[in-house]
Amino acid sequence: MKALAARRRHRLAPVILMALALLFTGVVYAAIAPSAAQADTASADDLTEGERLFITNCSTCHGLDAEGTPEAPSLIGVGAASVHFQIVTGRMPMDANSPQAEAKPPQLDEEQAQQVAAYIASLGPGPSIPSAEQVDPTLGDAAAGGALFRTNCAMCHNAVGAGGALTEGKYAPALYESTPTEIYEAMLTGPQSMPVFNDATLTEEDKRDVIAYLIEQREPNPGGLSLGSLGPVSEGLWVFVVGMGVLICAAVWIGSRSS
Amino acid sequence: MSEEHNELTEPATAESFENPGLGHHRPRLGDDDPRAAKRSERQVVALFTVSILATIGGIVGYFAFPVAEPDAGNVRMSTLVLGLGLGLGMLGIGAAAVHWAKSLMNDHEKVEERHEQRGDDATRERAVEMLQEGAADSGIARRPVLKGALGTALALAPLSFVVPLVGNLGADWNVSKFRHTAWAGTPDGGPRYLATDPTDRRIKASDITRGSMVHVMPYRLPEEEHYLEEKAKAVVIVIRVDPSILKEPEERRGWSYDGIVAYSKVCTHVGCPVALYEQQTHHVLCPCHQSTFDITDQAKVVFGPAKRPLPQLPIAVDDEGYLYAQQDFDEPVGPSYWERER
Repeated sequence: MKALAARRRHRLAPVILMALALLFTGVVYAAIAPSAAQADTASADDLTEGERLFITNCSTCHGLDAEGTPEAPSLIGVGAASVHFQIVTGRMPMDANSPQAEAKPPQLDEEQAQQVAAYIASLGPGPSIPSAEQVDPTLGDAAAGGALFRTNCAMCHNAVGAGGALTEGKYAPALYESTPTEIYEAMLTGPQSMPVFNDATLTEEDKRDVIAYLIEQREPNPGGLSLGSLGPVSEGLWVFVVGMGVLICAAVWIGSRSS
Repeated sequence: MSEEHNELTEPATAESFENPGLGHHRPRLGDDDPRAAKRSERQVVALFTVSILATIGGIVGYFAFPVAEPDAGNVRMSTLVLGLGLGLGMLGIGAAAVHWAKSLMNDHEKVEERHEQRGDDATRERAVEMLQEGAADSGIARRPVLKGALGTALALAPLSFVVPLVGNLGADWNVSKFRHTAWAGTPDGGPRYLATDPTDRRIKASDITRGSMVHVMPYRLPEEEHYLEEKAKAVVIVIRVDPSILKEPEERRGWSYDGIVAYSKVCTHVGCPVALYEQQTHHVLCPCHQSTFDITDQAKVVFGPAKRPLPQLPIAVDDEGYLYAQQDFDEPVGPSYWERER
């Protein structure tokens, strides 16, 4: 302890402290990071339980009858798919009124999400939760999905689904961790800033192709280190900092005198 | 001669410094201590060994990870192992050579004076003489036709690459093409329907629900000639908003249909595809330079370097409910160019 105290003013102390703090944050985040939820087929008709959960978790903002308040929109007619998406990705219940509802560890489990979704769906018709077959990536055509994704989605979500920035703190999230059901529901319902891609403009088969393409992107990249697939920013940073740094070190070593 | 030269090139203050000469030669550890020299030798050998092992490893990896099978992981491993083998193989040789030269070869400082760049007068005179002799021998002064032929041939020879180079800069100087897009009508004179990009399905007004966005191209365009050039000009985004929030001037009132508006997808700044639509703010962003357009207010620029609103495509609905273009854009799409206003 004494040795530690004596060295606390060492010039490398802040660097070491920062490294330790970063490591600690990383470990803690990895431990509590959200795990992907698995969707089952909609079966719940337990509307009473759904209503009870709605009143406990959602009604503060959306109103007791789900008709909306000045803070939050009406949920009548949004459909089960929208409710399920927002709950299983942890976006709802929202924990703060920020530019965008952040994905976080889900507050309700899959069964409860299905119950709330069934309750909201009973208030007015809307898109329903897709079946397992509708979102099965093995039934989709990844090549066709790639063409659709590049035209319809890539400008916000990046060509391989790495995500990207929008305005004023809003952003399009990365899609690497999203389940096929979540991807389908997001296209169908257009959560928050995202526009709606309904079944007429992007058919059910098209949506499954897009899912197949996105799942394909999770395979190992034959090109090696993708550096986040972010394009010139991360690649340029790598070349300037690491590549040129190594070259400078080599030049200094070659020019230095041998001891 | 050389004195005069020195006066011209060296600054006047040069005389105020004395040539410090070479510093005291400091011997390296290995110069006196045979054990240190032996250690350096072992390091050089180790570096060469790294190179040898890396090369062998690369060759082994080539056979261990065949790329014949369609397996992305295998391709990556093969590339990685071969690259490391080649890279470390070369790096080991290079590092060993540098370390060898630095630690074991002699390091006595040597001075080599820079030689005079100017030749001596006799050489220069002889050179001029030779040129004159050559000119006299060729008889170029006496034979004007020969001189003309040589000059013409030399002048024309570069044309065989200059003309195609300039010609290929732009085979087509017809700038008025920018004013027309495929939305003007089909080749047989009918109206042009709106279709989904890239699936080329016609779109009904009822297909576009509020809050949705469709990437649109002219229907059946892929069947026509120069389809990609035409598509590049004609891409359109179609968005449906609440009709009550649309701000439309009187003359454009008939250009939208029940809150459905169609705007060119080509940014008016430098032509990137403007397609990041924020459903809640009704803003469309350009991914290149963040120009932002307000879809509810004639796609006017609300932020960024773009100077003009996105051109609007006037749309209408036929008897069956399909959307079609009433007419072409009323202005050229995309970035500005010199002849745009003419």
